[in-house]
Amino acid sequence: MELNTKERFIIEPAEPPKIVVENLNFYYGNKHALKNISFKVPEKRITALIGPSGCGKTTLLRCFNRMHDLYPGNRYEGRILLDGENILEKDYDLIKLRSRVGMVFQKPTAFPMSIFDNVAYGLRLKGIKNKSELEDRVEKALKDAALWDEVKDRLKDPASGLSGGQQQRLCIARAIAVEPEVLLFDEPTSALDPISTAKIEELVVSFRDKLTIIIVTHNMQQAARVSDYTAFMYLGELIEFNRTEDIFITPKVKLTEDYITGRFG
Amino acid sequence: MDAFKKRKIINNFVLVLSTLAALLGLIWLFWILGTLLYKGLGSLSLEVILGDPPAPGDNHGGLKHAIVGQTLIVLTAAVIGIPLGILAGTYLSEYGKSSRIANIVRDLSDIMMSIPSIVVGTFIYALMVKPLGHFSGLAGSLSLAIMMIPIIVRTTDDMLRMVPPELREAAYALGATKFRVIKDVVYRAAITGIITGVILSVARIGGETAPLLFTSFNNNFFTLNMLQPMASLTVTMYDYAMSPYKYWQELAWAAAILLTFGVLGTNILGRIVAHYKFKK
Repeated sequence: MELNTKERFIIEPAEPPKIVVENLNFYYGNKHALKNISFKVPEKRITALIGPSGCGKTTLLRCFNRMHDLYPGNRYEGRILLDGENILEKDYDLIKLRSRVGMVFQKPTAFPMSIFDNVAYGLRLKGIKNKSELEDRVEKALKDAALWDEVKDRLKDPASGLSGGQQQRLCIARAIAVEPEVLLFDEPTSALDPISTAKIEELVVSFRDKLTIIIVTHNMQQAARVSDYTAFMYLGELIEFNRTEDIFITPKVKLTEDYITGRFG
Repeated sequence: MDAFKKRKIINNFVLVLSTLAALLGLIWLFWILGTLLYKGLGSLSLEVILGDPPAPGDNHGGLKHAIVGQTLIVLTAAVIGIPLGILAGTYLSEYGKSSRIANIVRDLSDIMMSIPSIVVGTFIYALMVKPLGHFSGLAGSLSLAIMMIPIIVRTTDDMLRMVPPELREAAYALGATKFRVIKDVVYRAAITGIITGVILSVARIGGETAPLLFTSFNNNFFTLNMLQPMASLTVTMYDYAMSPYKYWQELAWAAAILLTFGVLGTNILGRIVAHYKFKK
């Protein structure tokens, strides 16, 4: 099958942009992983990144909190503006960036410490030492992550005793405890059962209007269920960026349609 | 005979053969432990543990100097070796990663682990004992520390590298600095493995004689001064076992049993810690 990869359709969202990506290129050493990506992520909305394996959706997501900087040989070109500030500047304060842009990973990453200490970790990093303030904010984060009722009697227990789905909600609580402006989700349900998945999706939707969310998913139904906008990527390029209902019902680019209808991918 | 039956016979034959081989290996271990218990238990007494060394031909006295000296030498070696080993292992896993220099350090550690212990002893002899003009407990500790460090470096490196990268990323993603990530998350995740490595390394050096012969030597007088020659169980055992006096030889048996069960106990402690990790 011949795929036409030249066509593009990228809309300007109606909401004010939280993040503006301008001509972003990304290289893993010599591998050109993201090619000339430009689009605007709307504020306090949910944006999904979809596309076949290896299309660069996770790579793009990890640019937003500069996770790539942890490994040598990675290189960015272009600009990513967060509230107008270019976060790709060489001397940009990554600790500040990561407290504004949180992340939830594919596999639950509960730290080897108690449930309470897990959620309090980011707060303590920020220098909050006051015990009652910590307790209040941990409780609020756990409630917002719909985990409070399940763990309130065993906050001192190790987090490793929780189920996979509970651990993932714990990671979400940990991420929202520091009150980030943007929250990145990297396939947050791919290691979970359907019931846990539904709970996580419910949570993601509950953060709409409060946080700007970008979620990578290889599950198209999930993108359709939770997101306001969807970006379809292919071979490191952004092919179509559109309102979710439009992209799934009337995709403008043939490649997007072929992917959504399952003709490849 | 059909092929199935033949396979079963071969299977049983190999099973019997390998079981016999395993038993053959174990016989010596139990023989040694058995002889030790038989000969050593009889000579163990409170006097043996608390008494001063006996005069030649005297039937009274004990191993107090050697027990205290052994403990001091091993503890000092641990105080020197554990922090250096853990920090170097941390460098390899968290900073050096797979850089050239890190790989060279890894290879050197592996080589150092198999250096004959007597070479380490003569090295410290040339470096410290000869220039200072006398043997000392500290020199003994240094040579034991040199033997401990590569073991701790490699186990720490291995244990830290087993910590999944996602865990580190999750801490970075919350705005943690590298130091905090290592201290709060990586060490915590690997702590039981590191402790196991440390305990096993202490057990490994606890029974060494050769490095002490050239360094801490022996002392008939009681001392807590690490800059003086110092008695140790291993060297005392060597001296007494070679002596013509029957009581000294009995003390050597007692020293052997104390040492063996000390090392065995340390090893078992290491195993218990390691087991705790996997149960958790």
